[in-house]
Amino acid sequence: MKRQASRLLLLPGAAFVATVFALPVGALLLRSVSDPTWGLQNFRALWEEPVYASLIRNTVQISLATTVCCILLAYPFAHVMATRPRLTRLLTLVVLVPFWSSILVRSFAWMVLLQNNGIVNQSLLRLGLIDQPLELIFNRTGVLIGMVHVLLPFVVFPLYGAIRAMDPALMPAAACLGAGPIRAFLRVQLPLTLAGLVMGAVLVFVMALGYFITPALLGGRRDAVIARMIQLQVSQLGDWGMAATLSLVLLVATLILLGASQLLVRSPARRPAG
Amino acid sequence: MTRPTVLELRGVSKNFGPVAAVADVDLELKQGEFISFLGPSGSGKTTTLMMVAGLQAPSSGSILLNGRDLAPLPPYKRNIGVVFQHYALFPHMSVLANIAFPLEMRKLGRMQARRRAEAVLRLVGLPDLGDRLPSQLSGGQQQRVALARALAYEPPLLLMDEPLGALDKNLRAQMQIEIARLHRELGITVLYVTHDQEEALVMSDRIAVFNHGRVEQIGQPQSLYERPVTRFVAGFLGDSTFLPGKVQALQKEEAVVLTAHGPLRGHASPGVRPGEAAVVAVRPERVVLLTPGDTARENALRGRISDVIYLGQSRKFVVRLEDGSELLGLQPIGTASPAVTEGSEVLLGWSATDCNVLADSD
Ligand SMILES: Nc1ncnc2c1ncn2[C@@H]1O[C@H](COP(=O)(O)OP(=O)(O)OP(=O)(O)O)[C@@H](O)[C@H]1O
Ligand SMILES: [Mg+2]
Repeated sequence: MKRQASRLLLLPGAAFVATVFALPVGALLLRSVSDPTWGLQNFRALWEEPVYASLIRNTVQISLATTVCCILLAYPFAHVMATRPRLTRLLTLVVLVPFWSSILVRSFAWMVLLQNNGIVNQSLLRLGLIDQPLELIFNRTGVLIGMVHVLLPFVVFPLYGAIRAMDPALMPAAACLGAGPIRAFLRVQLPLTLAGLVMGAVLVFVMALGYFITPALLGGRRDAVIARMIQLQVSQLGDWGMAATLSLVLLVATLILLGASQLLVRSPARRPAG
Repeated sequence: MTRPTVLELRGVSKNFGPVAAVADVDLELKQGEFISFLGPSGSGKTTTLMMVAGLQAPSSGSILLNGRDLAPLPPYKRNIGVVFQHYALFPHMSVLANIAFPLEMRKLGRMQARRRAEAVLRLVGLPDLGDRLPSQLSGGQQQRVALARALAYEPPLLLMDEPLGALDKNLRAQMQIEIARLHRELGITVLYVTHDQEEALVMSDRIAVFNHGRVEQIGQPQSLYERPVTRFVAGFLGDSTFLPGKVQALQKEEAVVLTAHGPLRGHASPGVRPGEAAVVAVRPERVVLLTPGDTARENALRGRISDVIYLGQSRKFVVRLEDGSELLGLQPIGTASPAVTEGSEVLLGWSATDCNVLADSD
């Protein structure tokens, strides 16, 4: 009885989500098979026209690369954050800075920094480290720099939580038992923080799938992504059917990833209930 | 028979900024010896242990294991067993995997490691729990697993930092016996940290009493209890009443101290000088009620019993002395002497060899 009553508490939230999210998204997705006429013509186009394959490939490549870069940068960062209490606040600020500015401001700031006669290239030239400016922007590198910058916190915070949750005596114990730093990390810390890592990585990957402003502003012609195409088709081409089809692709990919990550995280690291 | 030295600390100090956590500790552990570090919180016991394990670097001094300087060796190359206070079992590994972990780190094959782990698990009395996760064990069982894991690779030295601190009283007593048994059977050398004095007295071959980062006194439990050399040790280990005064005379082992209650005689500890301030430290169980005219004890005082506390095996009583200070006494129940009663005027005494005269540093 009590449990049923408490379920009623979910009603307002559920109603809200249904009206502002599920309904419109459902209506949009329906258009993938109903716009311009009922049928699978949009999916056929997706399959047959090479532009879509290259869009999907770009999106997945950029998202994967962003995720990998985020993990590699975030792990040491989160580790220091979790194990040096004095630095925690400062590092939290550092990693949150991108949230304080709009995506446009941020992207333009990167342009200023990364362009051929920008600060980064100028400094490197002056120092004599390079002979000619590095191509840092309007290509894949630019996209990655911009995306990693924004998405880093989504790996850092789950990881920080996971590392903090570890008993601080475990790594010293592993060392005393004869495990060098690398083996201790691989056998003890990594398995115990894997859940946080996977959660952060999935979050970043999923969000990267939907990013389009950063690739548009910091990328080159070969960095077009699905989300950008959806926006184009809706706002300029008026092709709602194709936009809906591409949205469905993103949504399904996201759901599959979330489901897979749940399975991955559930099995080894979590303690059995009870 | 002289046993070889396993561990030697020479002038080891550790500073954390301005804090001297450990100051100039010298120590020698013989093969098979069980030494306890006993001391109040913050006295440097854990820090000393961590320096031996290699988890902290000494600020100065050196540590030798079997004659070899440990300074260049990181913890994972020291081959020392460590049991942490909160067990530090790996929560994602089964009990057997936990115990096999150090064996695998030593390049033992998987099967061999497993067999050895099973044997050690039997040794600590948990043969059937190998497949469980640590979270599925009770505190006492986790403690045994931690012990098994540290014993599995037969380290020449076992360090334990308050291993029983998280257990309840009954389980503690049981584990004390268990650890003592393992120590006896395996002949391992043990360095044990505790702040439970009873535990230290029961288990140790020798006890090192820590205070403010220094070893105040090191010795066998009985000599430490009966012949403390500083006021701190006398007060920290068991109960003592301190009667302050000035040293009047000093001959060989015996000192005469002029106190507010007249001259008192006691065993002089090193550091006591004629003419200087000193305290007479009396253990409650050494205080006996005297009948008038009884002159067998060198020391006698008058007072009024202000409090009697019944403890089952004995009665503890507080005597208010003529100058208003208090003296603790302990009377076993069922002795011939008349039971102490609150409010009665009594004559108390103790022999000179039953109390200690200590230099009064405070
Ligand atoms: N990492 C550290 N940084 C700064 N000070 C420390 C550190 N570790 C210990 N100390 C200080 O060193 C002193 C000794 O600490 P230690 O942990 O060795 O005491 P302990 O005898 O083990 O105490 P307890 O019985 O409470 O465990 C304390 O004053 C403590 O505050
Ligand atoms: Mg301690």
